[in-house]
Amino acid sequence: MALFILRRLGVMLLTVLCLTFIVFFLTNLQPNLEKLAKTQGNMRMTDEQVEIWLSNRGYDRPVFVRYGEWLGVLPGWVGETAQGDPVGRCIAEGMPPLAEGEAPPAFCGVLQGHWGYSTVFRAPVSEIIATRLGLTGILMFWVMVVMVPMALLIGVLAGMREGSRTDRSLSTVSIVSTATPEYVSGVILIAVFASSAVGLRWFNGTATSAMDDVTFRNFTLPVITIALYGMGYIARMTRASMTEVMTAQYIRTARLKGVSFRNIVMKHALRNALIAPFTVIMLQFPWLLNGVVIVETLFNYKGFGWTLVQAAGNNDIELLLAVSVVSVIVVLVTQLISDIGYVYLNPRIRIS
Amino acid sequence: MEPLGWGAIAAQVFVQFTPVWIGMVAVFALSIVFKRRLGLYGKLFDSTIGMIGFALVLFWVFTAIFADAIVTHDPLAQVSGLKNATLGTPVPEGSVYTFNVESPLGLKQSGPYYLLGGDNLARDVFSRMVAGSTVVMQIAPLATLFAFMVGITLGLPAAYYGGRLDTVLSFLANLILAFPVILLFYLLVTPEIVQTGLPSFMAMVLFLFPLLFLWVLLNSRFYTQPMKQKLYLGGVVLIGGLLYLSVISQDRTPINFWPDALDLFDIPGGILIVFVAVVFVNSPTVFRIVRGIALDVKTRDYVAAAQTRGEGPWYTMLWEILPNARGPLIVDFCLRIGYTTILLGTLGFFGLGLPPESPDWGTTINDGRRLLSIYPHPAIVPAVALMTLVLGLNLLADGLREESLRD
Repeated sequence: MALFILRRLGVMLLTVLCLTFIVFFLTNLQPNLEKLAKTQGNMRMTDEQVEIWLSNRGYDRPVFVRYGEWLGVLPGWVGETAQGDPVGRCIAEGMPPLAEGEAPPAFCGVLQGHWGYSTVFRAPVSEIIATRLGLTGILMFWVMVVMVPMALLIGVLAGMREGSRTDRSLSTVSIVSTATPEYVSGVILIAVFASSAVGLRWFNGTATSAMDDVTFRNFTLPVITIALYGMGYIARMTRASMTEVMTAQYIRTARLKGVSFRNIVMKHALRNALIAPFTVIMLQFPWLLNGVVIVETLFNYKGFGWTLVQAAGNNDIELLLAVSVVSVIVVLVTQLISDIGYVYLNPRIRIS
Repeated sequence: MEPLGWGAIAAQVFVQFTPVWIGMVAVFALSIVFKRRLGLYGKLFDSTIGMIGFALVLFWVFTAIFADAIVTHDPLAQVSGLKNATLGTPVPEGSVYTFNVESPLGLKQSGPYYLLGGDNLARDVFSRMVAGSTVVMQIAPLATLFAFMVGITLGLPAAYYGGRLDTVLSFLANLILAFPVILLFYLLVTPEIVQTGLPSFMAMVLFLFPLLFLWVLLNSRFYTQPMKQKLYLGGVVLIGGLLYLSVISQDRTPINFWPDALDLFDIPGGILIVFVAVVFVNSPTVFRIVRGIALDVKTRDYVAAAQTRGEGPWYTMLWEILPNARGPLIVDFCLRIGYTTILLGTLGFFGLGLPPESPDWGTTINDGRRLLSIYPHPAIVPAVALMTLVLGLNLLADGLREESLRD
């Protein structure tokens, strides 16, 4: 088991390195850098001015060297401005202030804990990521609270009597919910429940105010929108696993000895039927991440997904790198947990 | 003229879709009459769920085909005074049509009403929704097919040979899957990246796979019949090669070497890039599915029999393993077209790839959502359209799965 986890961690590390390099490479292609220079400096810069802007900030050196600097395995770049002031990666904005006479550190990358400085938000990346992740964490918490019990309930109810009318209608509900992506259900929900022209005006159409204070009124729609799309899939998996368990021999034995149907479902079937959904719920995280990006954009909730869109749209290199590191780690860690959890919950695999 | 009431709007919309109803009735009648002779497709008509799904899909297929006959206005034409018009608003007599972009349709005739209202640029919502189905239907099924060819061409050898090849390919597939899809789109589909030519190079690689797939498929089959082998392979190289070169060589991209005289078609701006991005995102998942099924089928006796009688590895993979994996693959194909449609909508929703005036559903939803709380109809109409298509594909897949499991 320890060896298995160790090997998985090694693969994870390799994946994170490859992915961050791909992101680094793509965001540092020449046209992207020119766009960055023009948005940060001046829209009407000439090509020559763009070159100077880029070289003053150290963007003109080989991409591998700069990736190494970002990681913190190569010493940070130093140079001089036209006025003779020292500039460099490690004395840029966003670094901790130096004491009088103290030399800037040689290495300043992710390994040293410096995630860089966001060019869009003009703040250290680590601060932005921390606050935005916190906001998205609240959203995800409520999504899980709504989605998981609902999905399991629908799945178990549908799967306990295969082919019955309840099964048919609940299965259709879950198919409909998997066929409705967040931007469709969000639009429909806003039109029905939040539109000022027609509709019910029960909830708010934006969740901006939920960043300070979560209320039932401003947070229901975003939570429901994400939960709906994920719910269908989990419910279908639960149903499949429940129908399989219900045809097992030990359930028949329990029935023959006269246990009530209610007790069979609650005491005998449920525990075994919930192993598979656990894995599925864990593997839903990467999908939820997508939903979070769409919903946060639609409802203007400035969380992690909104930050991703802002960083990607403005080619904010260091913020985008941090965002991709975080999201990739979330994906890989949930995969690992689902594998370990599956082994842990299923004694048949544990023993063999 | 008076604005139309709800009943009149529904009746008008129904009449506009006449070619679609005729087509659907014809297909259903023929299929039900001959259903015993049509294999798995015929069995679909035994399941209610499958039939409903098939009807929804067929509706959008015919809408896409007959879009030019169904639209009441040009999807890009603007009529002054009908900005955000409500449902069933009549078009004023002698109103002037303006286009802020040159329209490929350029329809001058117009219906008397904006049946489903106007959007924030005073374009007809109904016509845009219908025209949007053409864009979606052009991209989604073909992109899914290409993703399947890439996935099959890589997934079969990964499962068959195993070992280092499998490790490397699986690692690459997992690498792409670990990216959040939206981040990948933002990295691949922005105008700056298009300028570097990266999508064109990816198109070069990805579009090679269908050619490769057909070549290997036919070569392994007709290896023992040199005449047929030469004929078919020559055909693949000639026709496929011409198509391939016409597709990858596009104006205004770094890859533009093929002479215009031999360039069969030009793909309108943005569509190729969106296509490549969607194929790229879908192929790793298909790879994993194909690999999983092939690992299972590989252990069967008929595969061992083929190996014993000395068939080559590619023949075994493509003519023994692949046909026996078709059931789950067909079901997944339907589901995946739906997923591709959702991905296309996501791209449109973030304003990536397709031009901003494009009538595809994602872009129109994105346009409409800004005024959603005041004028909901420009966003609701394409949203419902997208939902019904994806729902139809999911129901169809469900019906197919049920029927293929029955025997």
